[in-house]
Amino acid sequence: MSASYSQSVREQSKHYVKNTFWLMLVSPMYSLRTLGLVLVLFFNSPLEGNASEKVTTFKLDNGLQVVVIEDHRAPVVVNMIWYKVGAADEKMGKSGVAHFLEHLLFKATNKLQSGEFSQIVGKLGGSDNAFTSWDYTAYYQRVSRDYLDLMMELEADRMKNINLTKLDIEVERKVVLEERSQRTDSNPGSLFAEQRRAAMYLNHPYGIPIIGWRHEIEQLNLEDTLAFYSEYYSPSSAIVIVAGDVTPTEVKELAIKHYGALKPNVDFKERRRNIEPPHLAERRIVFEDKRVSQPYVIRTYLAEERNSGDQKKAAIYTVLAELLGGNETTSVLGKALQIDTKKALYTSAFYTGLSHDISNFGLVIVPTEGTTLEQAEVDLDTVIKNFINDGVDEKQLQRIKAQIRASEIYAMDDVFGRARSYGVALTSQLSIEDVKEWPKLLSEVSSEQVLEIARTLEDKKNAVTGWYTKLPKNEDR
Amino acid sequence: MTVLKALMISLILLTFCSKLSATVITEVKVLDGNKAWLVEEHSIPFVTLEIRFKGGATLDRVGKRGSVYFMSALLNEGADDLDASAFAKEMERLAVELDFNVYQDSLSISFKFLTENKSASINLLKKALTKPRFEEEPFERVRDQILSILKSNAKDPRKIASKVFFENVFGSHPYGSMKDGNLESILSLSREDILNAYEDTFNRNQIFISAVGDIKPNELRDLVNEVIEKIPAHSNKVIDQATYKFPEGNTVIDFDTPQSVTIFGHDGIKRTDKDFFSAYVLTHILGGSGFGSRLMTELREKNGLTYGVSAYLASWEKADLILGQFASSNNTVMEAIGIVRKEWAALADRGVTADELQDAKTFLTGAYPLRFDGNSRIARILVGMQTQGLPMDYIHTRNAKVNAVTMEDIRRVSARILKEENLYFVIVGRPTS
Repeated sequence: MSASYSQSVREQSKHYVKNTFWLMLVSPMYSLRTLGLVLVLFFNSPLEGNASEKVTTFKLDNGLQVVVIEDHRAPVVVNMIWYKVGAADEKMGKSGVAHFLEHLLFKATNKLQSGEFSQIVGKLGGSDNAFTSWDYTAYYQRVSRDYLDLMMELEADRMKNINLTKLDIEVERKVVLEERSQRTDSNPGSLFAEQRRAAMYLNHPYGIPIIGWRHEIEQLNLEDTLAFYSEYYSPSSAIVIVAGDVTPTEVKELAIKHYGALKPNVDFKERRRNIEPPHLAERRIVFEDKRVSQPYVIRTYLAEERNSGDQKKAAIYTVLAELLGGNETTSVLGKALQIDTKKALYTSAFYTGLSHDISNFGLVIVPTEGTTLEQAEVDLDTVIKNFINDGVDEKQLQRIKAQIRASEIYAMDDVFGRARSYGVALTSQLSIEDVKEWPKLLSEVSSEQVLEIARTLEDKKNAVTGWYTKLPKNEDR
Repeated sequence: MTVLKALMISLILLTFCSKLSATVITEVKVLDGNKAWLVEEHSIPFVTLEIRFKGGATLDRVGKRGSVYFMSALLNEGADDLDASAFAKEMERLAVELDFNVYQDSLSISFKFLTENKSASINLLKKALTKPRFEEEPFERVRDQILSILKSNAKDPRKIASKVFFENVFGSHPYGSMKDGNLESILSLSREDILNAYEDTFNRNQIFISAVGDIKPNELRDLVNEVIEKIPAHSNKVIDQATYKFPEGNTVIDFDTPQSVTIFGHDGIKRTDKDFFSAYVLTHILGGSGFGSRLMTELREKNGLTYGVSAYLASWEKADLILGQFASSNNTVMEAIGIVRKEWAALADRGVTADELQDAKTFLTGAYPLRFDGNSRIARILVGMQTQGLPMDYIHTRNAKVNAVTMEDIRRVSARILKEENLYFVIVGRPTS
């Protein structure tokens, strides 16, 4: 299990993901308004749905979708609003504007003074925060059930009524630049991830960083921000998710009261991003930084994401990732490279199915001391080749399916996590039915299907292989 | 005042905390007069069990720094008749989650299992806790991982800042070094050292237990007894109270990075001090989580000097501090430190306003019941209360203690505990002034 490794590396990254440090390198990197409040809320669970849970959805006349997830164990609600817009919808040269706007939504509106939103939530004992990814921008509050009415009033207010000043822009731009310094520029692993993504996507805007390139953040202004706001912040491109001690009837009443009168943006078109052309050339990048201590190799392949009514392939990728690299002791990579041959300190395989457009499947190997990255990459490829030849261990597949069933039950304990999962799914163009069907699709994946996908990993034309390494000795001062 | 503000204030007066009535704790008596605290929750078919042993990394023997941490990392690497691989497969088959964490003062075990696999799951936990194998195979593999992590930490500005801060403040006390050890100590550890760490830590006199989920008191008693009966009870090892000194001024560690990281602090207040709650409210106003604290307002909201800053009470078993941290560009970090010092002194001199105190109280009392959502969260709170020696009814009396804090208390306590002249900063980066 090598608990020590993943546990202790996890500490460095507990604000990002729960599972492992390495997932941070590869999974969607959420950019948050503030780090302190989120703790363990962000992690990639392969599973978000449960056929038996109480989830209701309806739409208002102005196009606003509302989702209610009932959980009456504690008198608490999570109120979320998800806008179907993110970093992949920004205009060329304006990277970071989606995330910048997210920060600015806590400034003044016609009704509220700057900072008052969070003050109100704070005085009620609640917590609030927001996060941005490529496909969405989301805001939430966690409060006593009694305050849902007020939260919706405030959230509806800032959908249309922000009132920004030049000073807000100047101060908050400095904050975002400090955020970039803290989370990206001070962290060579994050810089490497940013470079790898840029190399992965030839044409699709998933290649730009959520927080934005520094030189473009520096130039973001009031005009850009307001243009983005008026185009995308509208009931027809938003989803309200309320989870906790509420009923659909009361939520519907409140949603109509607060959001019902808001006008949709009639010019809004369903978003359509540039499509990736066929990838004809394998890409390899080498990232050297004197702050690197532990080198590793990571490879990501373009991989089909979960699509509405068509999630089978994504289910296979998910199971394949678990078989290859889900557990350090029992997985194919872990057993071969960490336990049997001691060639690696750590290995993993990962896949992100929740994505609006084409996603990634990846492999990681952190070699033991004395093993070169070149050799590590050969070792990695050899294990994949052997897996394809030897086939799937049926017992392992059964154990993975048992864990998938259990994670369905454990996931029920985390109200916020469930609400968040629905938000990500729905902004990736999935439906509630798709989410509910997912566990079943995972349980149906067969060994043959897994091997068929595994064979495609031998073709590296649609892959980026990255070496993360120290500076050569004589340059490392 | 806006319309919403008026509305909000009227709302606050209506609600207070009758909300925790839903959380009913049952005390389950187990071996040796130990107690497990249980909250039954039968709506989801699983159980969370939290176990803590007091002691943690401070139990490392002389020259064996990191041994308790290393030992904890081997606890799910094989036990009894199961080697590392067989153990991991059994965890997967039963779909249990088992995590070990070591802190300076405690070792924690978090265990989740499905109702349908109850007895087999407990049997596996029992093996891990009472018959760990500590075999050579996982031993060397995990040692290599720890060494890799230690080397990475040596190039991480945040880790460097913590290490230097605590070294300079606590010297040779265990608090003066990192719980995961150092290259020399980890390289020198033998299987015998790991066994010693295990024996020192797994002491039934130092155990605290809570459970939340789909289980009845009698069942819990039997399961817990089954696990702990083979854990010996022995006299407690005495850990010295830490003595500390705060060097004057700042310590700057040169590191080539665009943004400096700083950790700062001075001595704090004991959890058992009669002024603890006043200090807690005060520290929240100074640097509490989220927005609205004085430090966050001055550094981030007004001046854009940082992404986030916080200050908090670190009231540990053997020492009490107030600590804080933030990062700021090399050319602004000294300005930001100046602002922190100014705010610190202003709070000590003039205390807080009546509005600030009221806002802090409504936040802290309103946020408390919100912590109790989710079995895992509740289990962690319950075991935390036990290790701090708090009574079971604390969850019903805690908010009254917060509400009892007066302006006079804050004035007295801020003058007593906030000492700007003692504030010690460790800065890692290339600050320019």
